[in-house]
Amino acid sequence: MAERAIGTDVPRIEGIEKLTGEAVYVDDLPTEGVWFGATVRSDVPRGRIASIDRNPAFPWDEVVVVTAADIPGRNVIPLLKEDQPALAAREIHHAEEPVALVAAPSRELAARAAAALTVQVEPLPATLDAEAALAAGAEVFKRIEIRKGDPDAADRADLIVEGTYRFGSQEHVYIEPQGMQAEWTEAGLVLRGSLQCPYYIVGSLGALLDEPEDRIRVIQMATGGGFGGKEEYPTLLAAHAALLSRAAGHPVRIVYDRAEDMRATTKRHPGRVTHRTGLTRDGRIVSMDVDVLLDAGAYCTLSPVVLSRGALHATGPYDVPNARVLARAVATNFPPHGAFRGFGAPQTIFALETHLEECAERVGLSGVEFRRRNLLRPGGTLATGQDLGQDIAAEAVLDRALKESGFEERRAAFDAFNAQAARREGAFRFQRRGIGLALFHHGAGFTGSGEVTLASRAGLAGLPDGTVLVLSAQTEIGQGTRTVLAQAAADGLGLPVDRIRSVDPDTAVAPNSGPTVASRTSMVIGGLLLRAGQEFRAKVEAAAGRALPTSDEFCAEIARQAGEGPLEHIVQYQAPPGIHWDEEHYRGDAYATYAWACYVAALEVDTLTGETQVLDFTAVQEVGRVLNPVLASGQIEGGVTQGIGWALLENVQWEKGRMRNATMTDYIVPTFPDTPPIRVHFLEHPHDRAPHGAKGIGELPMDGPAPAIANALRHALGIHVREIPATAERVLSALEAGRAGSAPTPESRP
Amino acid sequence: MKIPMTVNGLPVEVDVPPLKRLLDVLRDDLGFTGTKYGCGEGECGACTVRIDGEVAMSCLVPAAQAAGTTVQTVEGLATDDVLHELQHQFLETGGAQCGICTPGMLMMAVDHLEHGGALDDATVREVLAGNICRCTGYVRIVDAVQRAGRALAPDEDEPRPGGAA
Repeated sequence: MAERAIGTDVPRIEGIEKLTGEAVYVDDLPTEGVWFGATVRSDVPRGRIASIDRNPAFPWDEVVVVTAADIPGRNVIPLLKEDQPALAAREIHHAEEPVALVAAPSRELAARAAAALTVQVEPLPATLDAEAALAAGAEVFKRIEIRKGDPDAADRADLIVEGTYRFGSQEHVYIEPQGMQAEWTEAGLVLRGSLQCPYYIVGSLGALLDEPEDRIRVIQMATGGGFGGKEEYPTLLAAHAALLSRAAGHPVRIVYDRAEDMRATTKRHPGRVTHRTGLTRDGRIVSMDVDVLLDAGAYCTLSPVVLSRGALHATGPYDVPNARVLARAVATNFPPHGAFRGFGAPQTIFALETHLEECAERVGLSGVEFRRRNLLRPGGTLATGQDLGQDIAAEAVLDRALKESGFEERRAAFDAFNAQAARREGAFRFQRRGIGLALFHHGAGFTGSGEVTLASRAGLAGLPDGTVLVLSAQTEIGQGTRTVLAQAAADGLGLPVDRIRSVDPDTAVAPNSGPTVASRTSMVIGGLLLRAGQEFRAKVEAAAGRALPTSDEFCAEIARQAGEGPLEHIVQYQAPPGIHWDEEHYRGDAYATYAWACYVAALEVDTLTGETQVLDFTAVQEVGRVLNPVLASGQIEGGVTQGIGWALLENVQWEKGRMRNATMTDYIVPTFPDTPPIRVHFLEHPHDRAPHGAKGIGELPMDGPAPAIANALRHALGIHVREIPATAERVLSALEAGRAGSAPTPESRP
Repeated sequence: MKIPMTVNGLPVEVDVPPLKRLLDVLRDDLGFTGTKYGCGEGECGACTVRIDGEVAMSCLVPAAQAAGTTVQTVEGLATDDVLHELQHQFLETGGAQCGICTPGMLMMAVDHLEHGGALDDATVREVLAGNICRCTGYVRIVDAVQRAGRALAPDEDEPRPGGAA
């Protein structure tokens, strides 16, 4: 039997092609015979389309134009709700809403054609504020209520702490913009693109194009980052490219430029969370009342499930005896917000972990001691009533993070540093330092009964050359899917990983193993492939009538059997025993397991300029089992950096419902100098709800940085950061408010 | 306009509008698609190439300006199917994830290493400040550049550790 691959640093399978420039992304496909598409959009957030005017000077016979009237089937991109059209027909519900499409033999001509079309819109009043939308009775796409214990428990508390916490949109800024190429062949539609979820597209386009699903084939190209931004949005590009290609009679490629990508595509849901927490004088949480409001934007997209994850993480890894969470996602006239790494959890965790720091102060405890008195231990339950048995690591990650970051020592050292600030010379007088932490957990896999509903299928195919092909629809978007799935398959089969082929999915070959989202790929599909490997070996050995202990024998037999006919083994997800979820009442096991983490940020802030530099970041997490240490650490480091960006830099500025700063010059993501050393530590307690004991980790690192940084700013400056991003401007105005004696909170609304 | 260039050691000539971006000439006219578009305004570094031995954002270079020059792209880094030391270290450390920023990142870092640049954290981070990666958090890229630098100049003293307080 081969050495085990799980737990080792198998190098990224597609690494060499990415390092040599050979990897083929959608815009790297050959251009011969390909036409290029462009999108004409509304520039107002709400209105009625009066006309689509063509500039008569343009050579319209050289291009094709598609509007809603040209859609052969139903004009809808179905997701959780069937409200979003592929092209607006009469009503405009958000700025950047697509109204018409053009395709031309060159990119230049397509751009000129798009500019020669003018959409006349009669504007209507737009709702560009979630609170106002709620007050005005706008559609609430989802309302969730979680209740635990006594609703009147706050009456018995010694004191009540209240606070409202706000967070902005966040743009994904995957470095490869959205792109899709469509081609009609005898066998039907073939789509090649930059995407996370090939079967979302297969399932969504049939009704629109009036084509059976078996005539829609989706091939993932090398994909230059996703982070959720290529979960649902590529379906819209696929629809557009397919419509244009049918009209043009050529393959049509649509690739957004950066400005269009930033303005038009989904972003993280902005919103606010209001906490009202009842405490005893000795620092025990009696009750928590949490009100979550997310701005969904103009269409429903995935907002209900984003909200769900947010609500389920709103009371964190604490044993709160009495809790009520009310969560709503409301329609506005912003471009629809959608999936973004963390999926609602970073928003509610930012609010909670910042709020708890305030609670600790009010009872005269350190944030560490306050958390220690309230965190979840075996025997306790989450707000849904979920009992995690022994699969709890809240205190373990807290202790380890304190140790690894030298938390108490650095806190004391920073206090001394800040106390001496006035005595330093020049610019050094303005420097203050702070350290803060956040304790959190993140549910792995789809929420609630999602995995049962998906009933994912994945498997293996023996090939005539004796290698084994991974059959799954999971996409490689940078996180290491191809490598980790090959490792799981290899260990199941008992083969070295170099006998496994793991490729980008093509729905003509790959079964529907569900979307690549929700930190589910390694845990759920990796688990399926481990089992598939074991069963595949048993099947081959049974057909051979003997055991095949060496890799050479086994592969020779695979080659022989595959030469005689298809040699496939597909397995289907089965829920682990003992998982129960009540969707109606939000009670029970929302996730089969959770990863646990404690993150510590140490930072320096300049009180003259308001700028914050994170000096050092410690990320401790319990993830069940690490499948590939290099790739796993890379996930944590990258997620932490996106979290730092959301906390401090990334400020989507809206003007009349449009993103005003839609360039990489004006929308700042962390660069090398903005990013601190990130120290990653894993605790591993393999759990029994996946065959390899691994928990999902992709989203986890997005949760912790914002509250850890907000709490570090509190330590450095004595201000409560209740709104992120805590840009230099917000920090300065909070400091000025503090000096003026008013409430020292940076809560200015943009 | 006819524009002769040498790209990755190959003499080529293209006939393109003089203001066409070098990025598009390389990708569309010459098939060197390893060089990537990220922002089109010189902000992200994904299109970084070397022109006559100096780094340049190819999205900001008009084709006419590249006439008569020698251009190196990511495709010109590995020789005879042997990875450049920097590519090798990126693979080992996990410096590439989605891979879209990687070609530009490699070109910028190679330029630094070939100029004998310092390898402390602060210098490497400053040199690469114009290359944005959204996946890695940069930690492993810094590691890869430092390792490659040490491997390429093994006689020099270990660089002093740089970085934050």
